[in-house]
Amino acid sequence: MVTALYGALESGLIYAIMALGVYLTFRILDFPDLTVDGSFVTGGAVSAIMIVNGSDPFISVLAGGAAGFLAGCVTGLLHTHGKINPLLSGIIMMIALYSINLRIMEKPTIPLLNQTTWFKEIGGFWERADLDGILLSLFSVVGLEAYAPKTFLVIISMTLLVIVIKKLIDWMLATEAGLALRATGDNDRMVKSFSANTKGYIIVGLGISNGLVAISGALVSQYNGFADINLGIGMIIVGLASVIIGEGLFGKDRIVRATMAVVLGAVIYRLIISLALRVDFLDASDMKLITAVIVVGALVMPIWWKQMNEKKKRLSRKKEAGATEDEHQKGEGASQIATTEAD
Amino acid sequence: MLQLKQIEKVFYEGTPDEKRALQGVNLKLNEGDFVTVIGSNGAGKSTLLNVIAGVIFPNFGEVTVDNQDVTFVPEHKRAKWIGRVFQDPMAGTAPNMTIEENLALALGRTKKRTLLPGVSSKRRKEFKELLSSIDIGLEDRLNTKVGLLSGGERQALSLVMATFTKPRILLLDEHTAALDPSRAELITRLTEEIVARHQLTTLMVTHQMDQAIKLGNRLMMMDAGQIIFEANEEEKKNLTVEQLIAKFQEIRGKKMANDRSLLTV
Ligand SMILES: Nc1ncnc2c1ncn2[C@@H]1O[C@H](COP(=O)(O)OP(=O)(O)OP(=O)(O)O)[C@@H](O)[C@H]1O
Ligand SMILES: [Mg+2]
Repeated sequence: MVTALYGALESGLIYAIMALGVYLTFRILDFPDLTVDGSFVTGGAVSAIMIVNGSDPFISVLAGGAAGFLAGCVTGLLHTHGKINPLLSGIIMMIALYSINLRIMEKPTIPLLNQTTWFKEIGGFWERADLDGILLSLFSVVGLEAYAPKTFLVIISMTLLVIVIKKLIDWMLATEAGLALRATGDNDRMVKSFSANTKGYIIVGLGISNGLVAISGALVSQYNGFADINLGIGMIIVGLASVIIGEGLFGKDRIVRATMAVVLGAVIYRLIISLALRVDFLDASDMKLITAVIVVGALVMPIWWKQMNEKKKRLSRKKEAGATEDEHQKGEGASQIATTEAD
Repeated sequence: MLQLKQIEKVFYEGTPDEKRALQGVNLKLNEGDFVTVIGSNGAGKSTLLNVIAGVIFPNFGEVTVDNQDVTFVPEHKRAKWIGRVFQDPMAGTAPNMTIEENLALALGRTKKRTLLPGVSSKRRKEFKELLSSIDIGLEDRLNTKVGLLSGGERQALSLVMATFTKPRILLLDEHTAALDPSRAELITRLTEEIVARHQLTTLMVTHQMDQAIKLGNRLMMMDAGQIIFEANEEEKKNLTVEQLIAKFQEIRGKKMANDRSLLTV
């Protein structure tokens, strides 16, 4: 149980980088970008093939990110210069990437178990410094050694990396160019009248987003010990789930707040999944269904909640007024939920 | 400085819906001119402003600024010297960004956007002073999201954003029309003040004839894609609303019964 939860924390942190990318398109650019399913794998594919061919694992992550950046830019070009609707641009790119990823990988799976991954590389340093020993002794001091993870390597290193990336995004979105990027998603007619080339911002924004997604994909492959052509299926929904859960729980008022929320959302999503998988009749293959249910829940619950509260208020007001008229709005709730759009 | 020669704009050309929005418009603006534009709905006023701003390109004709042909320069490049305020208070600002972020964005109209912080503490101070000058309390709400402002406040902010970088040409398209009378009054007053302070060359579309007569140094009336009447500084001084309506009837030979309701006095 404890091991599973630490595992969820570890992968949650790695997937958080992908969720930050999804946040950039969905929330900042207001561009529902489905390229993610493909670019996530592209990152893993490029990284894995480079490692197999003897490249430095860290360089391979950067290269994977660069490949994702390019893929995102192409989606942007399809939309801005090909005038293709955003959803369709993303789907086209996702399909195209499936073949491209197979070309890169040459086979559906590339095992990395006997290769030097980035985690093994920094793991060597980690062991020599015996940082686990120090951290474990902290658990022992308070008598919780039974609840300690086997190693803190991934947790600490990924926490640091995610914080750095989060800070970079916060910084970027506060620069002059970043403000124009945000305004492009907020009111593109207005930014154009203030000299911003919105097409350029959309292209670069999608590039950065998919670059992050691909970095996440590269790290996930190295963490899992293999790159897989099907790893990206449904990734966009995982990203969305993280964004929605995070924003719902931790708020989205300011950018710095929202990016933090997205990171935490990604971790919480993994925790929910790992808890769900402990339920007896659910298998690992049910994960996508669970994800779908989580997303629907996260979208519908707040609206339900609001409607219930409003109804309560209405009812209590009626009572106060002493009105005894029959209530005729019973069926209303359900039909409204059915028609509610995703925010 | 700005010159339009024989501008024609046709929408849906060659279809039954064909619409000749501009039919041979000639216009010359001199440095410091403040021209008010009136005309009934569908006369082509917004289309004219859009052609000047590069939002749409004309089918025929030429737009020049300082004798340089800019007819097909895209909107975002032309924005370097054009400031705009739209009719819809929601259109001129980014609702999910704060007041200071919006102002920083507006600064980027004239200079290249960099990777330096958009809102530095130095800029914040300047923004505060800037907003104090319009005196509606926005200077204390720099960190408020613009979406939370009232329509009038947003329009005042839009006006400031469009003008504080001193555009060579200011285009106002019924920018007070969506506001209640007292707010409209405020924005009109601010417009007068700001245009005078920066000596901006301005083209302002309005549906209020008294306002068109009161503001600016020139007036023009449009109908069916053409400029049908112009008044220069001298002529405009003695112009009355009644005369304008008479002019319109005389030139167009139409009954005013319909248009009267559209051209609110
Ligand atoms: N993008 C467009 N596509 C098709 N037709 C258009 C477009 N823009 C304007 N038109 C048509 O061109 C004509 C002139 O429109 P325009 O918006 O310039 O009028 P206006 O003088 O600004 O009117 P109003 O006072 O109602 O704002 C109208 O008949 C309009 O339907
Ligand atoms: Mg108009």
